[in-house]
Amino acid sequence: MSGRLRLLIAGVLTVLLLVGAVVYGVTAIANYRERLAEPSQVRTTKTIAKDTAPRVVFRNTAIGDGYGLVASVPLADPRGVRAVSATPCDRVYQTNKYSMCLRIERGVLTTFGAYLLDPRGTVLHRWALPGIPSRTRISPDSKLIAVTAFVTGASYGTVAFATETQISTVTGHDYGNLETFTLLIDGRAVTAADRNFWGVTFTSDDNVFYATAATGGQTWLVRGDLTGKTLTAVKQTAECPSVSPDGSHIAYKKNISTTSTAHWSVAVLDLATGSERLLPEKKSVDDQVEWLDVSTLLFGLPRDGQAGDSNVWSIASDGSAAPRVFIEHAWSPSVVRG
Amino acid sequence: MYISLNDRGGAEARAGSRTAGRKGVMRVSSTVIILGIVSMLTDVSSESVAAILPLYITSAMGLSTIAYGFIDGLYQGVSAIVRIGGGWASDRADRPKWIAFAGYGVSALAKIWLLFASGFASIIAVITIDRLGKGIRTAPRDALITVSSDPSNLGRSFGVHRMLDTIGAAVGPLLAFFILTFIPTGYTTVFVVSLAFAAVGVILLGLLVPNRRPRSERDAAGRVRIPFRLRNVADPRLRRLMIVAGLLGILTIGDGFIYLSLQARSDFAAQLFPLLYVGTNIAFFLFAVPLGRIADRVGHGRIFLIGHVALLAAYLCTVLPFGGPTITIVCLLLLGAFYAATDGVLAALACQFAPLDNTASGIAAAQTVVAVTRLIASTGFGVLWFALGRGNALVVVAAALAVAIAAAVLLMRSLRPKAAA
Repeated sequence: MSGRLRLLIAGVLTVLLLVGAVVYGVTAIANYRERLAEPSQVRTTKTIAKDTAPRVVFRNTAIGDGYGLVASVPLADPRGVRAVSATPCDRVYQTNKYSMCLRIERGVLTTFGAYLLDPRGTVLHRWALPGIPSRTRISPDSKLIAVTAFVTGASYGTVAFATETQISTVTGHDYGNLETFTLLIDGRAVTAADRNFWGVTFTSDDNVFYATAATGGQTWLVRGDLTGKTLTAVKQTAECPSVSPDGSHIAYKKNISTTSTAHWSVAVLDLATGSERLLPEKKSVDDQVEWLDVSTLLFGLPRDGQAGDSNVWSIASDGSAAPRVFIEHAWSPSVVRG
Repeated sequence: MYISLNDRGGAEARAGSRTAGRKGVMRVSSTVIILGIVSMLTDVSSESVAAILPLYITSAMGLSTIAYGFIDGLYQGVSAIVRIGGGWASDRADRPKWIAFAGYGVSALAKIWLLFASGFASIIAVITIDRLGKGIRTAPRDALITVSSDPSNLGRSFGVHRMLDTIGAAVGPLLAFFILTFIPTGYTTVFVVSLAFAAVGVILLGLLVPNRRPRSERDAAGRVRIPFRLRNVADPRLRRLMIVAGLLGILTIGDGFIYLSLQARSDFAAQLFPLLYVGTNIAFFLFAVPLGRIADRVGHGRIFLIGHVALLAAYLCTVLPFGGPTITIVCLLLLGAFYAATDGVLAALACQFAPLDNTASGIAAAQTVVAVTRLIASTGFGVLWFALGRGNALVVVAAALAVAIAAAVLLMRSLRPKAAA
């Protein structure tokens, strides 16, 4: 093959492949836009529920108009018409006073932010996040907030996997990164470099919270003392805890896999007796569960065959009934009891 | 800067320093430029996937990112080990182009698999194979750059190559996020585009890069043939370079730590934390050619050491009692300058000290030393970070690096390249 011929072939193939990539990309964008512009898969309204109305707030993942926006349904009628707000969030939590909204701020230069919003959707405060949003919670009395994000973005970095979890008051007092707290496992302070913390849940006592601690490939449910700045291990192999409304139980995801690929079951710990019960959900649940009431849990599961869409499921916390779909096309549920 | 697209590389290399005398118009062989473009396309492909991988794993696959750190370590380790093999095979077969081609090809095949991969295990496998390809291709490609360049021009050649390579590394993530801006769940679209770039890279390499055979070409020129032996890599000068590179590598902590340190001290850095690496890439890109040229003039060893002084300055930048946008930007510039002064320059140094028929092995050995010691450095620094606190840990490493640079100056003093220019 002569040099000229090679150059010609290389040029033609390059143009074909790059033009092909552009055509593929543009077609994909057009298809996506088309689907997004369609009316929502579900019945929606723009009328937002009253602040005091008992409701379930979540991220609407129904393809079409309103995708990715915060929505709510009445607690009494979760399958009913959903009220879709104008606030986009990738992870959301709401009480009757505030919303916490974690957002991937998409663009050529993608950044990540956490927002504190009032019930009308007005931004009260913004924090920059070091990476992909993970979990957020507001305390039952609406005084404390917690945010977990992954530390990502350092493309050349060799820092091992890390999460950053921050607790602060809604008025702006920062209790700092949980890494600055003293971690106690079996009564001993653990200072290993690979400590990681995520998934805070608050109790009715503003000084006490629960979270996940990890080190050396193991995870622990830890009880946090906000003023003492300590985290004390309570139970091994438990992640993303969620305290029940009456404070008697903690639900969490538990890795029951024996291989390196995690498989999380939902488990419930009775704080009085220390007994743990695994719930009969077959699929792996990677979510921070939420209590619908003292005997029912909510969690999200991706829908098969549709990236970016999921369902919120409910399951009896005593394992007496099989899981069932609670809200279709929804993610990140929080229950506002009014 | 003038870059000729005529394939003069071979002629220039044989003509020795004839072209070096020409003021201003210094040429970089077209082979080097094509190799740079191939690297650029491949980096667009790899980095676009790498940038969105955490997002893909967490949001689309619903998997915990716990394992992502594991992937990252795997990334580095696999690449380092295979690199030695790639260099050895390249010297052994005397066909650096086709060994490099195999490496690029393997990575491109991994991108095809990525389209069908589901589940965490297959993602890990795909990433590992992609890095396997990177490990295989790096040393033979750098050997090709060496054989296609005028010895007096080596620093600039590597500079031009690394500049193009870094453009790819910077553009990849931007392209990926650009696509995700329009389709938030458009991971498959990113993978398809990534595959197209990888394929173009492989095609350009296969069709346009001449099949140089360094050993046979020298034989034909009537030079005494040095038989290929792996132990030739143990040339005392190369060994000393590896000691210096290892000594400095063990004190080169991951960029991530520097970014975390900046983030903790400056609101500006905290706001832009996920984008700091873009700043480093831009600085690397800007400095690669100028520093390569200066290295050709004042000595590659000297620039290699000065690069580490820039790294030392970057460490100190993060522990200054004051922060702010200026400090952050200066720190990123220093970090970029460090890469520009050491990455291509190390390859240029290694090939000067490696025995003639063992260029790729020599480059591979030096690069592996650096990769492995940096991995150890980052792991070790993680421990130090928690034991002493961020600021103290950085001060300790900075002090150690200052001592190491001084030692390196002494060790490098007796090292003179065989082709004293």
